[in-house]
Amino acid sequence: MIWTLRTLFIAVVCLAFTGVLAASIWTIADKPSPVNLPQLLSENLDRSGVEHPVTAVLLNFRSYDTLLEIGVLVIAGIAGISMAKTATLEDPELRTSDSLLYALQRWFVPLMLVLAGYLLWAGSDRPGGAFQAGAVLAATGVLMRLGGIPMEFLRPGRLLRLGLALGFTVFLLVAVASAIGGEAFLAYPPGITKTLIVIIESVLTLSIAMVLLALFVSAPVNDAEDSEEGSSS
Amino acid sequence: MTAPLLYALVGAMLCGIGLFGLLRLSHLLRKLLAFNIMGSGVFLVMVGLPQHQGGQDPVPQALVLTGIVVAIAATALAIVLIRRYYHLSGMTSLEGETTSREGGPE
Repeated sequence: MIWTLRTLFIAVVCLAFTGVLAASIWTIADKPSPVNLPQLLSENLDRSGVEHPVTAVLLNFRSYDTLLEIGVLVIAGIAGISMAKTATLEDPELRTSDSLLYALQRWFVPLMLVLAGYLLWAGSDRPGGAFQAGAVLAATGVLMRLGGIPMEFLRPGRLLRLGLALGFTVFLLVAVASAIGGEAFLAYPPGITKTLIVIIESVLTLSIAMVLLALFVSAPVNDAEDSEEGSSS
Repeated sequence: MTAPLLYALVGAMLCGIGLFGLLRLSHLLRKLLAFNIMGSGVFLVMVGLPQHQGGQDPVPQALVLTGIVVAIAATALAIVLIRRYYHLSGMTSLEGETTSREGGPE
């Protein structure tokens, strides 16, 4: 009885929440926005160094968000790795001898790497960019891990730490350097804007892929001791 | 009533559904899924509402893109934590939520 009453109460609360939210959306929907952001953006687009408005917002006009975002990602990655008990990020148990899967991977992995590179470059004038390319790169890593391709470079040693921190470090370095050079924090010096954006996007891609892959790999707790600890209760 | 406005309203609905799941379900993975549904609702509102007001707006789209990446990383971290919790305690729901039907050995 209490169980039903509780569910009913929660349902009423959620319905009220949805109603208030929908009503407020309905109210502000017909009011014109005070600032015409799309127009402001298209007027300043040629100053941003890239042709695609979303990339321009991400990497230039609101690069603060992107900087903090990669910071959050790095923290999440570090937390995930510190939670994992595996010595290496490559799991020998997952190594397969399936020749069909192996043959498929030999086709897919290079293709996905090329696709990631294309997405990264496409970000300058059409939908694409660091996040999409990073996601594809991470998916390549997941495929390689599930198929059991050796990934010695992914030991949580120096190389992985470097890969995790690279994007954030380079981004921060560029920001601080431009601040020291007399511009505002994160304002790129004119002339080399596009070069800087491409460099930052490339290292961001690598770091995002590393973080996502590290989080995927650290999710299973393979240690036999740990699972016994849990099941003994 | 335009299509983007419909998206925003559906986003509000998703927020409500997610909130219900977050409060009602006790399995931690389900809670996480419900939380993600709530987040998707927020993203839909953020993209749909400006598009209804003045055409496609790249600024909220970029913010949502940032939000999606952060949401993925946070979800992955939450899964890592949940698995760790399960291995340490053998439970799939938090302590005190005794109504759990799919909970582990208690």
